[in-house]
Amino acid sequence: MTTELSISDTAARLKAHFGEGVAPAGDGLATSPELLPRVAGYLRDTAGFDFDFLDMMAAVDYADRFELVYRLLSLKHNHTLTLRVNCDKNKAVVPSLAGLWQGADLQEREIYDLFGISFNGHPNLKRIVLWEGFEGHPLRKDFKDGAYGAGD
Amino acid sequence: MALATEPFILNIGPAHPSTHGVFRMRTTLDGEVIVDVEPVFGYLHRGIEKLCERRTYKKNIPLTDRLDYVSAINNNWPYVLAVEQLAGIQVPPRAEYLRVIMSELQRIASHLLAIGSVMNDMGIFFTAFMYMFREREKIIDLLEMVTGQRLLYNYMRFGGVSQDIPTEFLPALAKFLKVMPGYLDEYDQMLAENEILLSRMKGIGILKPQTAIGASTSGPVLRGSGIKWDLRKAAPYSVYDKLEFDVPTGANGDCYDRYRVRMEEMRQSLRIIQQAVEQMPAGKFQGRVPLRIRPPAGEAYAQIESPRGMLGCYLVSDGSELPYRCHFRAPAFLNLTVLRELLIGQKLADAIVIFGSIDISMGEVDR
Repeated sequence: MTTELSISDTAARLKAHFGEGVAPAGDGLATSPELLPRVAGYLRDTAGFDFDFLDMMAAVDYADRFELVYRLLSLKHNHTLTLRVNCDKNKAVVPSLAGLWQGADLQEREIYDLFGISFNGHPNLKRIVLWEGFEGHPLRKDFKDGAYGAGD
Repeated sequence: MALATEPFILNIGPAHPSTHGVFRMRTTLDGEVIVDVEPVFGYLHRGIEKLCERRTYKKNIPLTDRLDYVSAINNNWPYVLAVEQLAGIQVPPRAEYLRVIMSELQRIASHLLAIGSVMNDMGIFFTAFMYMFREREKIIDLLEMVTGQRLLYNYMRFGGVSQDIPTEFLPALAKFLKVMPGYLDEYDQMLAENEILLSRMKGIGILKPQTAIGASTSGPVLRGSGIKWDLRKAAPYSVYDKLEFDVPTGANGDCYDRYRVRMEEMRQSLRIIQQAVEQMPAGKFQGRVPLRIRPPAGEAYAQIESPRGMLGCYLVSDGSELPYRCHFRAPAFLNLTVLRELLIGQKLADAIVIFGSIDISMGEVDR
């Protein structure tokens, strides 16, 4: 059975390495965009964590921020961990994890396409399901389109 | 004098029989060899995740059918699971077994289509396809008997399923379970040593286990590369922990292994259905569910093993009647991550077989 890693234990272990940059948040850990590649790399490569599989990436548009959710999975130990990264709406840039997990490649392109969040260092960042030249990012809450009138 | 050559760009698709939907591969060729390929898709993008934010929870169930129309029942499941988790809805045991029976039937139907069409792709034109569809038709008749539909069943509900099975279903299912192993043997007889199949699939499109894991592939693509990972075993949902079955894996990770994994999974699905029918208790097919569903604010992630792999639904609720955010982890979409790596250096003719062996469904890729 897949187990969720204990948040308090994991947070304590990560704190030793990253200081205050990693904190428990809900059912997962929150970190900053700047620290994300190092934290993710540490979780992938450290024995005991061995998060070899990036299960799922999703973005959510909250009123004051974008939240990126990374669900990491270790096929070796069959455990999961949720990483959360908040990013500023006016400066929506997050480092790409495509170098750590190839599985991030298409998912980051999808988030870029539908949310307009850029991923620094992505090898081929361009729209994926919508066409080049499409205006706006539909999954943003403030996206307005003709069919639904003023944003809803 | 050396002849001047230059790379040649060939678009396969968007509408081509071998693209399994509206999909385009922009290939750069050096003679017959692929030197680069760029998958281009989105032709079937309907914005399902956005549509989900504008409909009530219940009205979204039919949308999930349309994610992967080849295995609609499996696609209902993670969504209803996520809502049940959020809203704390209980599912009666009979409904769990009905879900298992229906979605395993759907898995067989989906694999039959996947194998049949990959046979088409490599030039066993329509003979294999016709045989596979003969049995798929029987499954669709069974599903129609229960749901009244033949492709998009809209079957699952929060806390259960839309309707119980009619009295004539179990005898018809028993008949199917009796004859189907014989048909699978028949396929094996025709195909296991088929010269076309062996020479076009063995050693072609080898996916290394490390690449498969790193690229977040799942389902028969991951298992074909020898990784024993099936959510029905690794994270059993519903009643899968009470059912006995094996997880078939491949050894080399080539197209042939992916094909073998699918063949073997059909036999395992038959085992699961047989046990589920025997274990299924009497009782309600639908639990008590409020008329208007308003899950408390929060989020949930639920996933199941669909015929294409790990299918997940990430759901965020703000306490209102509409989901705040609904994201689907589509296995076919993520399995495409490895396409470029698998195709570079291969012959163009093999590209079609490799692509077919990944078994994508454009409804799920584009959403």
